[in-house]
Amino acid sequence: MRELVFGRLSWDAIPFHEPILLGTFIAVAIGGVALLALITYYRFWGSLWRDWITSIDHKKIGIMYVILGLVMLLRGFSDAIMMRAQQAMSFGDSTGFLPPHHYDQVFTAHGVIMIFFVAMPLVTGLMNFVVPLQIGARDVAFPFLNNFSFWMTASGAALVMMSLFVGEFARTGWLAYPPLSGVMFSPDVGVDYYIWSLQIAGVGTLLSGINLIVTIVKMRAPGMTLMKMPVFTWTALCTNVLIVAAFPVLTAVLALLSLDRYAGTNFFTNTLGGNAMMYVNLIWIWGHPEVYILILPAFGVFSEIVATFAGKRLFGYASMVYATVVITILSYLVWLHHFFTMGSGASVNSFFGITTMIISIPTGAKIFNWLFTMYHGRIRFELPMMWTVGFICTFTIGGMTGVLLAVPPADFVLHNSLFLVAHFHNVIIGGVVFGMFAGITYWFPKAFGFRLDPFWGKCSFWFWLVGFWFAFAPLYVLGLMGVTRRLSHFDDPGLQIWFEIAAFGAALIFLGISCFIVQIIVSIRHRAQLRDITGDPWDGRTLEWSTSSPPPPYNFAFTPVVHDNDAWSDMKNHHYSRPVEGFIPIHMPSNTGAGFIIAMLSAVCGFSLIWHMWLPAAGAFAAMLIAIIVHSFNYDRDYHVPAEEVLHVEAARTLSLSGQS
Amino acid sequence: MSEEHVPHHDSAIEHAGSRKDYVTGFVLAVLLTAIPFWLVMGHVFGHSDVTAAIIIGLAIVQIVIHMVYFLHMNTRAEGGWSLLALLFTTMLVVIALSGSLWVMYHLDHNMMPAGMPDAMPGATAMPDPRTMP
Amino acid sequence: MSRYYLTTEHHPENGTLLGFWLYLMSDCLVFACLFAVYAVLGRHYAGGPTGAELFDLPLVAVNTSLLLLSSITYGFAMLAMNGGRLRETLLWLAVTGMLGAGFIGLELHEFAHLVADGAGPQRSAFLSSFFTLVGTHGLHVTFGIVWLITLMMQLGRHGLTAANRRRVMCLSMFWHFLDVVWIGVFTVVYLLGVLP
Repeated sequence: MRELVFGRLSWDAIPFHEPILLGTFIAVAIGGVALLALITYYRFWGSLWRDWITSIDHKKIGIMYVILGLVMLLRGFSDAIMMRAQQAMSFGDSTGFLPPHHYDQVFTAHGVIMIFFVAMPLVTGLMNFVVPLQIGARDVAFPFLNNFSFWMTASGAALVMMSLFVGEFARTGWLAYPPLSGVMFSPDVGVDYYIWSLQIAGVGTLLSGINLIVTIVKMRAPGMTLMKMPVFTWTALCTNVLIVAAFPVLTAVLALLSLDRYAGTNFFTNTLGGNAMMYVNLIWIWGHPEVYILILPAFGVFSEIVATFAGKRLFGYASMVYATVVITILSYLVWLHHFFTMGSGASVNSFFGITTMIISIPTGAKIFNWLFTMYHGRIRFELPMMWTVGFICTFTIGGMTGVLLAVPPADFVLHNSLFLVAHFHNVIIGGVVFGMFAGITYWFPKAFGFRLDPFWGKCSFWFWLVGFWFAFAPLYVLGLMGVTRRLSHFDDPGLQIWFEIAAFGAALIFLGISCFIVQIIVSIRHRAQLRDITGDPWDGRTLEWSTSSPPPPYNFAFTPVVHDNDAWSDMKNHHYSRPVEGFIPIHMPSNTGAGFIIAMLSAVCGFSLIWHMWLPAAGAFAAMLIAIIVHSFNYDRDYHVPAEEVLHVEAARTLSLSGQS
Repeated sequence: MSEEHVPHHDSAIEHAGSRKDYVTGFVLAVLLTAIPFWLVMGHVFGHSDVTAAIIIGLAIVQIVIHMVYFLHMNTRAEGGWSLLALLFTTMLVVIALSGSLWVMYHLDHNMMPAGMPDAMPGATAMPDPRTMP
Repeated sequence: MSRYYLTTEHHPENGTLLGFWLYLMSDCLVFACLFAVYAVLGRHYAGGPTGAELFDLPLVAVNTSLLLLSSITYGFAMLAMNGGRLRETLLWLAVTGMLGAGFIGLELHEFAHLVADGAGPQRSAFLSSFFTLVGTHGLHVTFGIVWLITLMMQLGRHGLTAANRRRVMCLSMFWHFLDVVWIGVFTVVYLLGVLP
């Protein structure tokens, strides 16, 4: 009975004997208690539950996603600092401070967290916040599912964070290849933490993908045909198509791995007919579209920013759309380039090498479109535009190293070297991270009603840009010299200088992140001076800038009617005047706690499965089913905002707008 | 005054099935099920390749029958989006299946002992590390 | 009056059916992966029993018939619903559910037999893929039955409201989709599996 309840969980799971972890736990505990105390002191619990946890408002959910992503960035970056420090020190007799047993967990956690719990939430958060506003809608198609999706992602993140303090994490790398990740070679809980946190987060992501596709297909304002949508919405549509088309593969593959681990099946084992390469094959069928899921929204962000800050319509709208769609389709035809070296032979390797090179072409077209938009424009080098220029320079080089790796003979030398590591960080940091910072800076005033402090933002930008190059250019050099990835110790002292330069780069990035945090604090303190009164601080071109900052819960008092691309520019050019009367009741969805509850139960279920606590796992699963069924019996899910309230809100805005002029 | 009357009907996939459609689909499905079972259980063809090709072909036809007669798949449902989604998914399924088979066949052919996809039991077995000294 | 906004209430088209269809497409890809795994590992018998030795085709034929029948009984439920006949809808849904339960029962019986004969999922990669592919389909049917019972209760309570009609249509898509997957299963797993 004790085993049914507690499984393999015991006091041994808590790392009392690991000073770094113990110290971290104490710091987190103190910080956590402080946070809870602050919430209690400001009597924020009620508001937290009513206005945020149970909110089905896409704007709130978008903000929560971004907060989750930024918090997890701190964790993922801590892993990065530890790796850079270890690799700068550990030469010859010195073994650094991280034994391989821990180093392996650090690089695994770094990858998993950065991809699944930083990049994905940031991307999803931006899309969630912006898309309904850009298409003139009041919310997404399935607001309850949206809330549920967020909490599932948060639950996945919580499980990964728990692995730091209860048990340990996987030591397999972020894709957990078998046989290493099978039960024979990783019998401990690490890979199980990996599996369940990703499965839970994956459900959230998949549902979010369906949600946003239906939103874009069904809820565009009248007159907004597909070819009149903002480019960010187009990239969001393609991204979510990729999500719906790719994540099921991840779900299936991880399920098969968990069957091997829990039920003794033989999918990926060495014996009884298993084939580990099938895992590699399938996981990359997911993995390649995944990186396009990360980058396409960033491309969308840059398209919006370039047009806005060059003061010109985006060059080549149609070709941008076609390029995005082509990238979406082609992303399914390149996956083998991640394992050229595994012996599939010349015909297979050539095919995938060629398709990989082809897929760089539409991306190149996009870059030229951005450049042509800037050409003859009146460019304002506000912070979002700086991030954009930094991206164009950085990402382009990263893309080129990718085309280099696409050549199978070259890849035979460079596969799994630090050259590869430099390449993907080049495109992910230069593309996705810079894109997210650009997007956050651009849309922050819309979300919160005041801009971010430009000075600290520029500091952050320069530290990130210079820091990135110091951190990763040495890795290109090391990779070309033949250094393998994921090593915690080196024998050749001639390599050390490069790692020291890389560590310096990481320190600069640390300053960049610190400046970002300072920027947020300073902006909040100076929010009166930084206030966005008009709702359109950048002279934007798309519909979200027609609302107040922040927008009212219903987004638009009256549904907009669209006539042209860059709908808001069109309205401004025709001296559009805001309606001030004649408001009608607005139909809105109600908040609910069901999503949070079901997601928390899934986290309990996941934790129980990890530790083989079969009874709690079954109980939590049954509770989830019951909660879902009970929720389905609730038919009373919406309400109407009375016309008087709409009038009140809109009148307040009229007042503040007239005060400003 | 730009008033848009949004019709409230759900352009549902399943809106307009008739009894005749369902029965027709059912009869066709029964036929397309019975024939493959008969071909296999009755050892009708000598070459299993021929049988395999036929029953796969019939399965594809039956899937289309299900799509048309039971799921009422057409170009108008949901403004054409459901057909587009179905075609896109089909393309991906074909890529994933054929791509996987192609890749795995080549990997096995090049990398497995004696080039056999189903290596002899134990031929590639790793020694159990727990029994190593 | 403005050319830039509507002054009347704007209700976007309901997206539930499209959303559910997209979910089914994603489920299709899950099954595609399982089929791919079965295609690659399906002849890896590891010296153990093969499909030809294990599969009971007459039983599979019975199972297939149950599922196919349940598809048309669901169709009759849809027709009853479109005609506004609640009781007839509930009747045909009940019949569908029972046929589905019969399908699951037979499948569990088959699985139990295989395990007892030493041909469980741990025996070989072929058997792992078999149990997972067929079992995942069976799990989906089981969830479908739970959903069906829940929906019958909700129909009993609220009748043929717009929301309930959408739910019946979603379950209909789900049910037919499972029959489509079964076509793949009986063809690729059972029929091809016994061919030499």
